[in-house]
Amino acid sequence: MFRSLGLIAVTAALLSASATPTQSQVTVSISCSSLGIELELCQEGADAWAKQTGNKVKLVATPPDANERLALYQQLLAAGSADIDVFQIDVIWPGTLANHFVDLKSLIPAEDLKDHFETLTTNDTVEGKLVAVPFFVDAGLLYYRQDLLDKYGKKPPKDWAELTETAKAILAGERAGNAQLQGFVWQGRAYEGLTCNSLEWVASFGGGTLIETDGKISINNAQAASALTLAKSWIGTISPEGVLNYAEEDSRGVFQSGNAVFMRNWPYAWSLANAPDSPVKGKVGIALLPQGTGQGARHAAALGGQHLAVSKYSAHPKEAADLVRYLTSAEEQKRRAIKGSFNPTRKSLYGDAELLKALPFLKDFEAVLENSVARPSTVTGAKYSRVASEYIRAVHNTLSGKGTAEENLAALEKQLDRLSRGGKW
Amino acid sequence: MMARTRLAWAYLAPLLITLALVAAWPLLRTIAFSLTDANLSDLSQWQFVGLANYAYLLSDPQWWRAVGNTLLFTLLSVGLETILGLVIALTINAHMPGRGLVRAAILIPWAIPTVVSAKMWAWMLHDLYGVVNVLLMNLGLIDRPWAWLADPTLSMAAVVLVDVWKATPFMALLILAALQVLPLDIYEAARVDGIGPVKSFFHITLPLIRPALLIAVIFRSLDALRVFDVIYVLTGNNENTATMSVYARQQLVDFQDVGFGSTAATCLFVIIALITTAVITLGRVHVSASGNDR
Repeated sequence: MFRSLGLIAVTAALLSASATPTQSQVTVSISCSSLGIELELCQEGADAWAKQTGNKVKLVATPPDANERLALYQQLLAAGSADIDVFQIDVIWPGTLANHFVDLKSLIPAEDLKDHFETLTTNDTVEGKLVAVPFFVDAGLLYYRQDLLDKYGKKPPKDWAELTETAKAILAGERAGNAQLQGFVWQGRAYEGLTCNSLEWVASFGGGTLIETDGKISINNAQAASALTLAKSWIGTISPEGVLNYAEEDSRGVFQSGNAVFMRNWPYAWSLANAPDSPVKGKVGIALLPQGTGQGARHAAALGGQHLAVSKYSAHPKEAADLVRYLTSAEEQKRRAIKGSFNPTRKSLYGDAELLKALPFLKDFEAVLENSVARPSTVTGAKYSRVASEYIRAVHNTLSGKGTAEENLAALEKQLDRLSRGGKW
Repeated sequence: MMARTRLAWAYLAPLLITLALVAAWPLLRTIAFSLTDANLSDLSQWQFVGLANYAYLLSDPQWWRAVGNTLLFTLLSVGLETILGLVIALTINAHMPGRGLVRAAILIPWAIPTVVSAKMWAWMLHDLYGVVNVLLMNLGLIDRPWAWLADPTLSMAAVVLVDVWKATPFMALLILAALQVLPLDIYEAARVDGIGPVKSFFHITLPLIRPALLIAVIFRSLDALRVFDVIYVLTGNNENTATMSVYARQQLVDFQDVGFGSTAATCLFVIIALITTAVITLGRVHVSASGNDR
């Protein structure tokens, strides 16, 4: 893959060198995540822009793990580095990094901005400044093996209890042929992915979203505890013990090699699971994540996604903003959606027939977004990574059997209370 | 005499200035930061908080957990590396065909950057598609896949094993260098006196290579006490394996807390300095004591 990337880069460099530039060339560098085929798509998009405008682009590959990418960005930005002009940032970072980005309001055409989902552009507006433009939107989805469900006469589960039952039934029948088969894989490593996974369980049980928008710490409640207790019961039964060290790509590795019935993952896994070389090609279905049980039970999907921002230390903010405009354009978002199942952030694309054919879950995606759970990054501001780290510790301890959910959540509440000085943040 | 002293200082000056710039200045700056509430997002704004950071650190059970993990990791990994390094060095010190090739080959793990080899091991140790579990299952040693990196007890064993795999060649090479300068006539004399190989190893070889062994152990211990890369790549911030460096990085980088992170870094420095001094002092006492016997 790296060789082909190099080839693309060289070809692009040659092409852009032979084109006659109308203005003086500048080099714009862009940081892209490297989850799945993200890097490849980013390179193609950036090269197309370079060819069109006669500028050059330099791609900086950054870690697929969001925590590490944020740490890297914070170091670069705190040092006022001009090395990266365009940053690909997570949906929860605008508040943390806002001071380092330029206001894009005057640099991106207004009619372009109007097409994006309003929740997303609001998310990117910090103190009246538009610090980023939505690039793609993510929400947790349930992947399932259609062929196995059909074989056992099961339907995609509506709630978590049904998922547990279905997985157990299929495992009981299939383990004889494939001892490696797992019921349900997800992201249980002690990192941001676990924050998303566990907030989905908690919210689906009506247990709130850790910290509510008014700053109240809501996590210590019975529904949240029963959600975590249920998840704990999966480990060693329908989920492997190793799931406690899985990130996105580990779960996809298990599911895509045909060794799992259910998987919780982001939309990017769809096009990869259906790629020509995928062992589960054509056997995969997709659904809303199951509901919990009890009062306030609902479908809940963690809101994710990535946005593009321009560094205020950039030497070429105009060109950088133009690259952002190109990469977030309808045409480019459509290409990325078809090739990599990165969901568009533009309302106009959700009626596109060609897209709906390639991504069957797109028609329900607006409903998924309505049910989405935002992580409490806005209300906790600069303290978010500390909050997330405490939360992850409580959840991971519960899952690995160190203390019950009730004990760990009570301790977590105390810790968060101290951190926030009584919920004032 | 005065002129000679002045000249000596003049010759030493470049070295002293370089040391002050690359070692003393960063160290002093870290210690200074540890007394403040500085934040990475804006280093110009900070307030002096005295020893508050230290008080908080020493009362944090997670820090003591990290100290315990670090000591356990160091003890296990350096211990295993020393024993294995000794065995390997003795083996390849023997005259055998292809010795040069073997010596070059054992260095390969040491030559691979740790982040790369750790990622490689992370894939090999994956519970479902990792080659380690497949091999062990095929050999019938385990009946179901082990979650090497997720199980709270197994994960420490796994990171120690990866470190041993990587650092044993270094140990073996240092010991081999010491073995090769040993005078052969002593062994001849021992053979004439009818002393067996085991006795001659413990009474001749081991005392003679002790200084080199001690230096190798100190080098490895220093490395192990500040270990970061192999653990961070394999298990991230997971508190079951997090060492002092992982803890300090989380504070400094993830939480942007330069003040408190510097406190953790300073304590890490003090602990390493104390342990190194202790090892050197004990080692010296031992060496001179055995010298007096003769």
